[in-house]
Amino acid sequence: MTSFTKPIIRRKNEPTNELGLVRADYDGAMSTLCAGCGHDAVTASMARAFFELSIEPHRAVKVSGIGCSSKTTAYFLRESHGINTVHGRMPSVATGAIAANHELTYIGVSGDGDSLSIGLGQFVHAMRRNVNMLYMLENNGVYGLTKGQFSAAADMGSTAKKGAINELPPIDPVALALSVGATFVARGFSGDREQLVPLIKAGLKHKGFGLIDVISPCVSFNDHKGSTKSYEHTYKYYNPAVHADYVPPSKQIKAAYDAGDVMPIELHDGGQITLRKLENGYDPRDRAAAVHKLFESGQSQEIVTGLLYINEDHKDMHEMARMDDRPLNAIPYSELNPGAAKLKEIQKSFR
Amino acid sequence: MKPTNTRNPDYYHKVVDCQWACPAHTPVPQYIRLIAQGRYGDAYLLNRESNVFPGVLGRVCDRPCEPACRRGRLEAEPVAICRLKRVAADHREDITDRLPKKPAKTNGKKIALIGAGPASFTVANDLAPLGYECTIFEKLSEPGGLMRSNIPAFRLPEKVLSEELDCILDMGVELKLNSPVESMSAFLAQDWDAVFVGTGAPRGKDLNLDGRWEDGAKDNIHIGIDWLESVAFEHTKAIGKNVLIIGVGNTAMDCCRTSLRLGAKNVKVMARKPRQFFKASVWELEDAEEENIEIMVNHSPKAFVHKNGKLTGMVFDLMEYVIDDNGRITDQKVTGQTTIPCDDVILAIGQDNAFPWIEESCGIELDKWQVPVVDETTFESTRKGVFFGGDSAFGPKNIIWAVEHGHQAAISIHKHCQGKMLTGRLPNEVDMAPTKMGMFEWRYSNSYDDAERRKMNHVELTKRFAELDVEVELGFTPEQIATEVERCLNCDIQTVFEPSLCEECDACIDICPVECLSITPDGDEDTLRASLSASEKIAGQDLFVSSALPMTKRVMIKDENVCLHCGLCAERCPTAAWDMQEALIQIHHADDQDEGAVP
Ligand SMILES: Cc1cc2nc3c(=O)[nH]c(=O)nc-3n(C[C@H](O)[C@H](O)[C@H](O)COP(=O)(O)OP(=O)(O)OC[C@H]3O[C@@H](n4cnc5c(N)ncnc54)[C@H](O)[C@@H]3O)c2cc1C
Ligand SMILES: Cc1ncc(C[n+]2csc(CCOP(=O)(O)OP(=O)(O)O)c2C)c(N)n1
Ligand code: SF4
Ligand code: SF4
Ligand code: SF4
Ligand SMILES: [Mg+2]
Repeated sequence: MTSFTKPIIRRKNEPTNELGLVRADYDGAMSTLCAGCGHDAVTASMARAFFELSIEPHRAVKVSGIGCSSKTTAYFLRESHGINTVHGRMPSVATGAIAANHELTYIGVSGDGDSLSIGLGQFVHAMRRNVNMLYMLENNGVYGLTKGQFSAAADMGSTAKKGAINELPPIDPVALALSVGATFVARGFSGDREQLVPLIKAGLKHKGFGLIDVISPCVSFNDHKGSTKSYEHTYKYYNPAVHADYVPPSKQIKAAYDAGDVMPIELHDGGQITLRKLENGYDPRDRAAAVHKLFESGQSQEIVTGLLYINEDHKDMHEMARMDDRPLNAIPYSELNPGAAKLKEIQKSFR
Repeated sequence: MKPTNTRNPDYYHKVVDCQWACPAHTPVPQYIRLIAQGRYGDAYLLNRESNVFPGVLGRVCDRPCEPACRRGRLEAEPVAICRLKRVAADHREDITDRLPKKPAKTNGKKIALIGAGPASFTVANDLAPLGYECTIFEKLSEPGGLMRSNIPAFRLPEKVLSEELDCILDMGVELKLNSPVESMSAFLAQDWDAVFVGTGAPRGKDLNLDGRWEDGAKDNIHIGIDWLESVAFEHTKAIGKNVLIIGVGNTAMDCCRTSLRLGAKNVKVMARKPRQFFKASVWELEDAEEENIEIMVNHSPKAFVHKNGKLTGMVFDLMEYVIDDNGRITDQKVTGQTTIPCDDVILAIGQDNAFPWIEESCGIELDKWQVPVVDETTFESTRKGVFFGGDSAFGPKNIIWAVEHGHQAAISIHKHCQGKMLTGRLPNEVDMAPTKMGMFEWRYSNSYDDAERRKMNHVELTKRFAELDVEVELGFTPEQIATEVERCLNCDIQTVFEPSLCEECDACIDICPVECLSITPDGDEDTLRASLSASEKIAGQDLFVSSALPMTKRVMIKDENVCLHCGLCAERCPTAAWDMQEALIQIHHADDQDEGAVP
């Protein structure tokens, strides 16, 4: 509940992006989440990423399911398209929307409950299809909106607010994504926007399915001792292993990089993702290495974050399905609806 | 960076831009809140504690607070601080019995105050209630100094001035009019415990160009401040049709507008330099131009022209300037000459100090510009027990500075009479008071109101010139008051941060509508500022840096420059690491210097 609004202020000398918009133009309605919720920080990071990329708000689409995390699409990009779907159904609605118009920028916002329980099947298949979207999974280990039940992401042995111990093994969305074919797989933390904002920018510019699993603490139901998704626990075991920066085509510097120091990866739009802070020998283009790194770090409780895997070569859904390059709204009606005679002809071919 | 020490009394004081800029440190946001509550009498008395003449200053203050106002950094125009002060004065109920009073018994100490301007009156205001026997000696037949003799009645009505002077005289202050002090050494030979000189900077500068002293012509060339005085005392009642004013300072603005009221039809203000170099304030220029005064730039006076023993005009060099990127003039040249006809010329090019009545034998040192050597803290001259303040101390300034000098000199006189060290003055202090009342409820109006500055209504042009004393400004209407008070951002309600409570959830950073917060690894100031999206280094405003935060050892930083004091950071913080607290800045005057002293 809130009874105040954030005023919109046009300050003198405010920085603008290439479109002449200010950062606040990428805000949305006032958040109604609990004060201190990690999701608000993720919202702010998404708004900043869109601002910095100078994406026109009306050329962006926000899709989400149900949950505190899924509510946040209302809190940024007030002038873009969006839909809150039924619980767990966001991936299919997004898939449909992208099939209809693949020229817009798609961002999905979901929670660990929304994605890993009721929506697990949808989530996995969107990744398999390599749908061209960035999927933000705001992971707090609980169903925040329904007052703190363990989600499928809760770690074994972690406790609920009133002391109950979770005995089921967790589903790790990153491991899942690696196994089913997502082509941009990352982990982030709502408390580290230095890392998160560039990751979101890179994820938006990646062609294909991008997943960012963002640890995003729930201050009301999962921020206690015994929780492995609290601010304290996350800050303690946090390891920002790989830092990704997006460099737009116009700003590229063709410099020679020292191996192991900075690794540039060319993107479809002519831009580049540069990876920093790589451990010696770690190559995020190597899926097996990513899986290995993930399970290795899991053993020491370490939360390894950053861009863990990227594959720019894999075809996205649009290409795999050989769909028309034009958005449906740009195809003449006669072509979209060739008429009853044509339908008959098609049907005949299946007889 | 070193963590900010918010206990330094100046830290939060500086954040209250207007109060910091006011020479007398008037608690502006506090009185604006009182006005918002309709407590005009309380607002008036609060003003009076620091600036002594709220009714006068609410009309004619130089208002250094307004250019400093935070609101002016966010959008085009500052809060109308000065005109709200007038609101408090105009609408106050009878507060006579709440004013400081004449004590039952005096303390037997005799203080002489020379000159009846704002400086001397402030000293009397501070000392009389403490029991001092104060006597003011004034050369003229009326008290008030330049406030009476030079500031025209159409800006400052006589009644407003008299009321505020009278309440000081009512504290048992003796006023001797028509009593110029003509010999300081004779004066000092009398039995005074302390002497305060508040005689102003009384000599207007002359312009010794060709033709200045020509018989016939010279009677139509006037020294601005003398001429205004002669108008104020009704010795001068008319002026020619065409008048040239030389200079564009405060005096020039009053001279040109007064000329219109004495019958001039065509008044030109002649400026040597371009507009950005004018000494007059923007609002003074606007008011003059509203009355169709023409301001001519780049005209440098060259000679007075006369014919048949009569002033007929003035010759000017036409100037051209080279101005560098910093706005400074680096070169100039004369591109031609022009003669402008006129009947009268008024010289308004500045004032000098003059103390022909202070003999060298008095031991009061004057420098080569006739400015006395005065200590900047104690206001004592080189002779013990003799103090200076107002324009007489460091040259011409303004009323609010004269008031502040008066306060400081009063402290010194009090200490001097007690045989104490003059420099043993109480430092400023800050008391913090909570403002939280509940969820989303604060003890101040924290929501941002985007209304623009209200425009003061003026008497119609056709009705202003018939009489000299038609006050031009009408004061704010109730609607204007209601809107203008809400424009104040309450900069004294401070954002107070407790690092040990911070969870580093970033909620405050995200909610802040002006993005002035950040959590970032410690570094030097430039590095820290770089982590803010819009940080500007401006004179006076600091970067707040917390001590290391518990989780990551990073620091919370805040750019005090643009904070709106909206309280959303405190509202949004889950652990109350941010809180909004009212900073009450204690500015000491003569009356509280003895507190805590052993009796
Ligand atoms: C035309 C004009 C307009 C101005 N407008 C503004 C304005 O709008 N706002 C603002 O803040 N400031 C304004 N000022 C400046 C302001 O009036 C002065 O800074 C202020 O009045 C100084 O106060 P003071 O007490 O030092 O001395 P003054 O006000 O100058 O008073 C000194 C008094 O001492 C008397 N005196 C002098 N010598 C002797 C002596 N030997 N014996 C006895 N008495 C003596 C004088 O007659 C005078 O009454 C203006 C000044 C001028 C000239
Ligand atoms: C079909 C359906 N089943 C169950 C619910 C109840 N429900 C609402 S939100 C939610 C879980 C949300 O968890 P998560 O996605 O992690 O979001 P969070 O609130 O933690 O951000 C559930 C089970 C529902 N709204 N619809
Ligand atoms: S319940 Fe938890 S997840 Fe939901 S808004 Fe509150 S803190 Fe955030
Ligand atoms: S906004 Fe109000 S408190 Fe802040 S500087 Fe302006 S007048 Fe003073
Ligand atoms: S009070 Fe807090 S939220 Fe409001 S502008 Fe200042 S720092 Fe930002
Ligand atoms: Mg959740």
